[in-house]
Amino acid sequence: MEFAISVLISGISVGGQYALIAIGYTMVYGILRLINFAHGDVFMVAGLLGIYLTASMPLYLSMPLVLVFTVLLGFCIERAAYKPLRSAPRMSVMISAIGVSYLIQNTATYITGGQPMTYPVIPFLSDTVKIAGTSTKWVTILTPFLVLLLVVALTQLINHTKTGMAMRAVAKDFETAQLMGIRINTIISITFIIGSALAAVGSMLYFTNFQAITPTAGALPGLRAFVAAVVGGIGSIPGAVVGAFIIGICENVIKSTEFTVFSDAGTFALLILILVLKPTGLFGEKVTDKV
Amino acid sequence: MVQQKNKKGAYMALLACVVMLCGIILLENICVMLPQDSVPNVLKPTSQLFAVLKKGAVYSLAAVSMNLLNGFTGLFSLGQAGFMLLGAYTYAILSVPVADRAAVYYLYGGSAVNFSFQDMFGSIFGTEGVGGAVSMGLGVMIAMILAGCVAAMFAYFIGLPVLRLKSDYLAIATLGFAEIIKAVFQWQALGPVTNGANMIKSFPTFSSFNITDASGKVVLRLATFFPFLISTICIAMICLLINSTYGRAFKAIREDETAAEAMGINLAKHKMLSFCTSAFFAGVSGAMFAMFVTNAQAKVYTTTMTYEILLIVVIGGIGSISGSVLATFLYVACSEWWLRFLDSETVIGGVKLPFLRAGFRMVVFSIIIMIIVLFFRKGIMGDKELPDLLKRRTRKEAAK
Repeated sequence: MEFAISVLISGISVGGQYALIAIGYTMVYGILRLINFAHGDVFMVAGLLGIYLTASMPLYLSMPLVLVFTVLLGFCIERAAYKPLRSAPRMSVMISAIGVSYLIQNTATYITGGQPMTYPVIPFLSDTVKIAGTSTKWVTILTPFLVLLLVVALTQLINHTKTGMAMRAVAKDFETAQLMGIRINTIISITFIIGSALAAVGSMLYFTNFQAITPTAGALPGLRAFVAAVVGGIGSIPGAVVGAFIIGICENVIKSTEFTVFSDAGTFALLILILVLKPTGLFGEKVTDKV
Repeated sequence: MVQQKNKKGAYMALLACVVMLCGIILLENICVMLPQDSVPNVLKPTSQLFAVLKKGAVYSLAAVSMNLLNGFTGLFSLGQAGFMLLGAYTYAILSVPVADRAAVYYLYGGSAVNFSFQDMFGSIFGTEGVGGAVSMGLGVMIAMILAGCVAAMFAYFIGLPVLRLKSDYLAIATLGFAEIIKAVFQWQALGPVTNGANMIKSFPTFSSFNITDASGKVVLRLATFFPFLISTICIAMICLLINSTYGRAFKAIREDETAAEAMGINLAKHKMLSFCTSAFFAGVSGAMFAMFVTNAQAKVYTTTMTYEILLIVVIGGIGSISGSVLATFLYVACSEWWLRFLDSETVIGGVKLPFLRAGFRMVVFSIIIMIIVLFFRKGIMGDKELPDLLKRRTRKEAAK
């Protein structure tokens, strides 16, 4: 029983961390129809920034700076690698995203020397706490609440502000939105900024639990988060969050059995199952192809 | 008229291939013919040149098979590494000599598959001298063909559900399958067959094709020739497929699925054909990759490998076979050989050059790739082939 609870708790916690990454994927996909393969690597860079910045300054300064730099990175990636390809076929943009991911990973290898780095201990978050007979870190307990808070704030932003309305319009129809006087480039930049900021928050929570950061540390969480976004219905923020919790719990349940090697395989099997049975995901809108 | 021209072109291509293969044999063995002390370092058998040529031959087949799917049929699949893994393992499992199996599978108390093609043919042709060479050659060939077949068979089953998906969903689903296959091959329960997470080794590799005399001295080197031969044959087959009616159907699907269907092309059938063919050749190239690195291990066939091959295809030009081949050799030569100097700290005139240390090569390399992806979107060749370019030049010269 205690074991089951601890598996469930860590599943929900990891799910919450994936949710923060998945929102970045789902928002970008909703607007640009692009799988931003570099998003997982942005997440990894946020982790590395956390290490380097806390080494030279106190936490209350370094953590906001991590946020700022990650947002800057996301913004620059969009401007440098995706904006020039706005009118190009979708495949070119996706390839560009893969190229950016390759570049970030190689740069990270160069800077860190390829050695795994250890994420600093954040006081309070890393402290252990006992819940229902199992001891765990505070971060595990706090993650789901923090995620819910951020998601509620985000949905408020999207549903009740002018920027949010513009975002919804761009996601609905790119060209018409442009004709209505919406500044597409600004909106897309804002999307990337929100996505990167959430990924930065996610990295603080995720790497407090899994402290070793290698240059490829972002690839797998990134892919899992993307799968979560697809399972929940890509383009939908509540969908991404629900999908992420499902993926997180499934992964931890599989990890707790003897089939540990299949934890990622299980994630992808779920993805394929969803794609085949309900291609639009749990909360996705039905789209019809125009010829 | 057109027929004649095609025939002439085919003969020219055949001739070019034969000349290239002879050139490779010559290049590989030139160090024996020259006097011992005048051999330049580049031509010695241990030189980077041959490693690059071998890896290039292996990767060019992988790139062309990916191009068949992504460039000619317009199906954006990212499962290449998974199919290469299937090929590599099939080849490895079927070719480890029975005598070495206990040593390779020592963790699992021997292999579940106690049979190899080499031994089977060895019992017919003998294991020594010419008979041994024949049985090894045949064994390797059959294992490679089976490697392709297994990959194609898996592709068929994967394709049944997945090929119905559209562009990026297809990409992510195939990526997922590659990950699943990787996990399955590392599963302990399959250990007696796949050796779990450990590597399978001691199967015939490229250097097994060097012909030695009784004392073990190499008489004729064929280690680089062999991958070139296989790749040339396979790429020629892909070329023939693309120029056939099937190939034209593939291109029609790439241009517009709905229009192609309206013209009477069976979408499901042709997509599946392209997917399976691509997987077949990816499997063969995976088998060759295992021979190149002299082992088969699941953790090598990562998504990064797929990305690498995809980037090669993009650099060469999506929809150009000769472009893919050219780009492969450029890519492999740059990453393994020409840019090596960026990785070592260099001091010129007492000043240590900044930035040069381990890993810098890959940074420079990925920046170059990004520049190509962003500003030279057509790649080296666009969707043209090498003969097209030559033809245009002769026409221009004739006009002068």
